[in-house]
Amino acid sequence: MRKLHGGEVRYAEWGIGRQVNSRPNNLGHVNGVRLAHWQRRLLTSVMVAVAATALPALAQAGPLEDSLTEAIDGLGAASDDKINESIGKLGALGDPRAIAALDALCDERLRVGTDGHAYVWDSKTRDLRSPLTGQVVNPEPRPLKEVEVSNEIRRVAFPVLAQLKLGSPDAAVRLAAAQELSNGGSAEAPALLRGALAREHDSNVREALTLAIARVDLGSADASARLAALEVIGKSGDDDFLSTLQQIVGQGADGKPNEPDPRVRAAAARARNAVISHQRVVGFVGDLLHGLSLASVLLFAALGLAVTFGLLGVINMAHGEMLMLGAYATYTVQTAMHGSRFNLLVAIPVAFLSTALVGVLLERTIIRHLYKRPLETLLATWGISLGLIQTVRLIFGAQNVSVANPDWLAGGLQIAHGLVLPWTRIAVVGFVIVVAVAVWFILQRTRFGLEVRAVTQNRAMAACIGIPTKRVDALVFGLGSGIAGLGGVALSQLGNVGPELGQSYIIDSFMVVVLGGVGRLAGAVAAALGLGVVNKLLEPLAGAVLGKIAILVFVILFIQRRPQGMFAIKGRVEA
Amino acid sequence: MRTSFTGFRIAVLALAAISTVATTACNKEAPAPAPGAAPAVPAAPAADDKGPIKIGILHSLSGTMAISETSLKDVALMTIEEINAAGGVLGRKLEPVVVDPASNWPLFAEKARDLIQNQKVAVTFGCWTSVSRKSVLPVFEELNGLLFYPVQYEGEESSWNVFYTGAAPNQQAIPAVEYLMGKKGGNAKRWVLLGTDYVYPRTTNKILRYFLHSKGVADDDIMEKYTPFGHSDYQTIVGDIKKFATGKRTAVVSTINGDSNVPFYKELGNQGIKATDIPVVAFSVGEEELRGIDTKPLVGQLAAWNYFESIDNPVNKAFIDKWMAYVKKNNLPGGDKRVTNDPMEATYIGIHMWAQAAEQAHSVNVDSVRQAVGYQHFAGPDGFDITMDAENHHLHKPVYIGEVKADGQFHVVWKTDGPIKAEAWSPYIPDDKGKKADWLYPWACGNCTAAKFGTPSGVSAAK
Repeated sequence: MRKLHGGEVRYAEWGIGRQVNSRPNNLGHVNGVRLAHWQRRLLTSVMVAVAATALPALAQAGPLEDSLTEAIDGLGAASDDKINESIGKLGALGDPRAIAALDALCDERLRVGTDGHAYVWDSKTRDLRSPLTGQVVNPEPRPLKEVEVSNEIRRVAFPVLAQLKLGSPDAAVRLAAAQELSNGGSAEAPALLRGALAREHDSNVREALTLAIARVDLGSADASARLAALEVIGKSGDDDFLSTLQQIVGQGADGKPNEPDPRVRAAAARARNAVISHQRVVGFVGDLLHGLSLASVLLFAALGLAVTFGLLGVINMAHGEMLMLGAYATYTVQTAMHGSRFNLLVAIPVAFLSTALVGVLLERTIIRHLYKRPLETLLATWGISLGLIQTVRLIFGAQNVSVANPDWLAGGLQIAHGLVLPWTRIAVVGFVIVVAVAVWFILQRTRFGLEVRAVTQNRAMAACIGIPTKRVDALVFGLGSGIAGLGGVALSQLGNVGPELGQSYIIDSFMVVVLGGVGRLAGAVAAALGLGVVNKLLEPLAGAVLGKIAILVFVILFIQRRPQGMFAIKGRVEA
Repeated sequence: MRTSFTGFRIAVLALAAISTVATTACNKEAPAPAPGAAPAVPAAPAADDKGPIKIGILHSLSGTMAISETSLKDVALMTIEEINAAGGVLGRKLEPVVVDPASNWPLFAEKARDLIQNQKVAVTFGCWTSVSRKSVLPVFEELNGLLFYPVQYEGEESSWNVFYTGAAPNQQAIPAVEYLMGKKGGNAKRWVLLGTDYVYPRTTNKILRYFLHSKGVADDDIMEKYTPFGHSDYQTIVGDIKKFATGKRTAVVSTINGDSNVPFYKELGNQGIKATDIPVVAFSVGEEELRGIDTKPLVGQLAAWNYFESIDNPVNKAFIDKWMAYVKKNNLPGGDKRVTNDPMEATYIGIHMWAQAAEQAHSVNVDSVRQAVGYQHFAGPDGFDITMDAENHHLHKPVYIGEVKADGQFHVVWKTDGPIKAEAWSPYIPDDKGKKADWLYPWACGNCTAAKFGTPSGVSAAK
């Protein structure tokens, strides 16, 4: 398993503190400044590559420093062609000090000052920095012009950046670079790749580099090199190669096979089959994992309802709005904390408490008058739901609000090639497990849970032995609402946060609770899992729309056959 | 005395009943408030000639489309205020009548009927999704109302009662696909057509499929997928796109509408799809939709429109300043984070063109104004002198393709030299062959293969 990183490169990582002032007099030492080991290695390989291709950028005599500065300033040129040319020059120079400027270019943080030089804008500290030294420039040569880049430029810049980053001390950066190069990046520097492989120790990076080299070798004139490349590709199961492999196995328009060597053809067929079977397994595992993730969302939406509907028997149409309030609580915390990294962790208790409070208030003021009158409860809670939606709309506006994902949840976990599970989804799965266990613990292992179960089973008897049933009712409703609020925190990380957020989950959550068996926590968990996985297995076959319809039909049929749901319980609801 | 009084009352009641029946018969609908005074044409009655002119605004202020449509209501109110400040139309003030159809398509038709019949609006500005437009279309045609529709759409339509100020497919979808096919766009060879499941995405994708066929793209290289309105789980679809994209350069054409775009783009970012690998061009995502999204993972993704807020010209600058001042004055939610976008610009142009036409026709009567709307000019914030086509009721518009920047604005990477004429009927769909939208004599028809008013000998007056 690999971890994907998307962070920006910081100067400190590169250990570049001092200016280098003149051309290198020997490799490894530049005017007495000792370069880091990897920098030396990179420089060596670049020199080899440059010598081999005899690029014009270096053919003209002139200090390395000047051409580097000139090329970096060229990144701020007005025309796209000039920028592309400068990127090419930086690639040829192979100096890792260009990385900061290139990164800034791709992220739109490169600025051109009035002096015509390019600077890097640091969006965190709001400082302007020199692209070479990383030092803050003061005073700033204002007004600054932003360098606008298009995908056309990024497509040129990414492989160059990857080449430069192959020498990074951080294995994750090297891995990302190697993957960029193996994803059909420019194969102009096979020598660089081989050099990087020779000194690479990290197994993941080695694998990615081997694959990148295999891609180059597929086009080699040497049949044995092609055979070796196919071996590597077959082992990797990388489906990026599928169409290339198909082409090697297939025939040209003239009926002649594309690949003259029968041994290579056979190897390509083997590799293709390996890739296809690998792809099939990955696809299935992917569907299961996506189903698990959907199940966690369904369970979050339904867990609170399983408590209020299951234990109190209140058909709470405003349950979805509790989810919505939880999500808005997250938004409010985020706004109040000005994007601090851990606002999500603060949002968890805030969302729980605020929605629980709203729940208790609702129960005390409205719902308690309506027990044993299910139809009126349904109408009243529906009215509450509309009222809550409108209130939120008046406070926050009808527009959706943006809840950002914290940086520690950005990206995802690469489980296999072509299968990435986002950290947000993994976090939601983990969070729902924690919450479900906590709810189970409260209901089964605490005194409060005992009272709740007693009231559920026989209200009159529970009252007789001194359990304050009304307070229990209010607290149960508060607990259910609070759990829904936690669900809102989780949902805010996955989808939209708007006043109608709850509306899209209310049907799903009732479906889960009814299918699982009213009043059973385990039932809700099983139903959510079942619905989630079946939905995701159906989706690739039938499409999102038909899949959803099929699920609904299935649930209706199931409830017809077994009205008590998957797990039955004796309780107030049955009466 | 008592008897005669009762008799009088009965007579009055009977008269009222008869007149009500008569009106209902004419109107086939709910009784008008003043019996006998219901006009066949919903222009303001003569007696109101000095009063304000009512303008209908029919945009969803709640539900899944509120993310997009709320701003159109706001900008319409701003434009009306602007026109009123300059003296109104024909010396009369404009009075907006705002209704909320709540992203509920049948409700659009009801609200439209209410606007025309009960509120007696002179013109209506509204609708976003094509399904809402299709829902109100029969109402406007039956009651001879006038609708200005401000959003890009799938074409295949031209109504006597509608002016289309958004783009037809040849003013948005086709140029965008051509751009992605080209070197600048990344030489896409494979196409994912991804949309919300309703008439606009399905029709647009049908046209695009024919267009791609005409460019030699095989069906194997086209993947078409639809999701319901408000869909929020894009894991499987994004996974499928990744799988589909292996081997050949792939581009995604997204006609996802409403707030589903947020989870879709989030999923793209989560699964590590970059715009340089698989570019996504969207036709319903503009500055306003990006406001609700964390734009970092989206940088470089594309959108095709006829206007971007980032277009630099004096008219646009004035438009943006006016908008921001309006937002500030009315303390609209969002405050200084509010943006302008293409459908807002189209609404702005549409209202001004209607006002100009009403001045020229010297009336707000629908039949009179309609004849004057064609050929109207307006200096658009998109940087061109925009003309309304009298033939097909569509605007001539320039096409811009922009890439999303980190600040939620667009960096224009391609544009047409000038406004291009809309094609209401796509030349790429075989069924549409020879169909013409031309409301001028002798055609006078939005969906014909021969002119309605042929030459006396009966020979078709086809050009």
